[in-house]
Amino acid sequence: MTIATASLIFMVVLMFSSFLCLYRIGAGPTAPDRTVAIDILGTLVVGFCAIMTWQTEKAFYMNIAITWALLSFIGTIALAKYLEGRGFDE
Amino acid sequence: MSESVSENVGLIIIVVGVIFDLLGCIGLVRLPDIYNRLQAATKCVTLGTCMILVGVAINIGLADGGGAKALICAAFVLLTSPVGAHALARAAHKAGIRLWEGSVVDKYLEVDSGKKVTGAKV
Repeated sequence: MTIATASLIFMVVLMFSSFLCLYRIGAGPTAPDRTVAIDILGTLVVGFCAIMTWQTEKAFYMNIAITWALLSFIGTIALAKYLEGRGFDE
Repeated sequence: MSESVSENVGLIIIVVGVIFDLLGCIGLVRLPDIYNRLQAATKCVTLGTCMILVGVAINIGLADGGGAKALICAAFVLLTSPVGAHALARAAHKAGIRLWEGSVVDKYLEVDSGKKVTGAKV
């Protein structure tokens, strides 16, 4: 199995997982449900960028993955603080 | 010979990671309330993404910088994803989201209010 075929299969599976997350973002009954799904979607994108690095052999996709993980973490913490009803400095 | 062995090992690790990702997202859709979804999705997807990153690092090697960045990213995801999940669970509980009616214990409410709680009807 070549790298192109294998990475295509991995990308299709990860895309299906992302659509499951999008379903939970759309249908989640409460706001924390949607926040969890957004967090998981960010982590899936990190894995997607790693597969892209492996397929194209270009190392700069890993920079995108690191930045995406950082911003996803900060966004999740900010949304959690907002849902809890506290300020960001407490 | 050794190169093809390491490529196969990396490929197997990536396959297992992708399967973990898929199962975590199925749990995110199928489970009944926010806390169940949180524990299924966060643990499975964190492990799966870390395995994808480690497998990619094994496959492309540490020489040209991509593999080292993948290992750094795996360590970062492994550190930050549980912290975010813990903050979210705490925020959901403080925001008054009820547990699923099949849940049998709520330790956080017991600690918070100082009395024993039985059942999920709080």
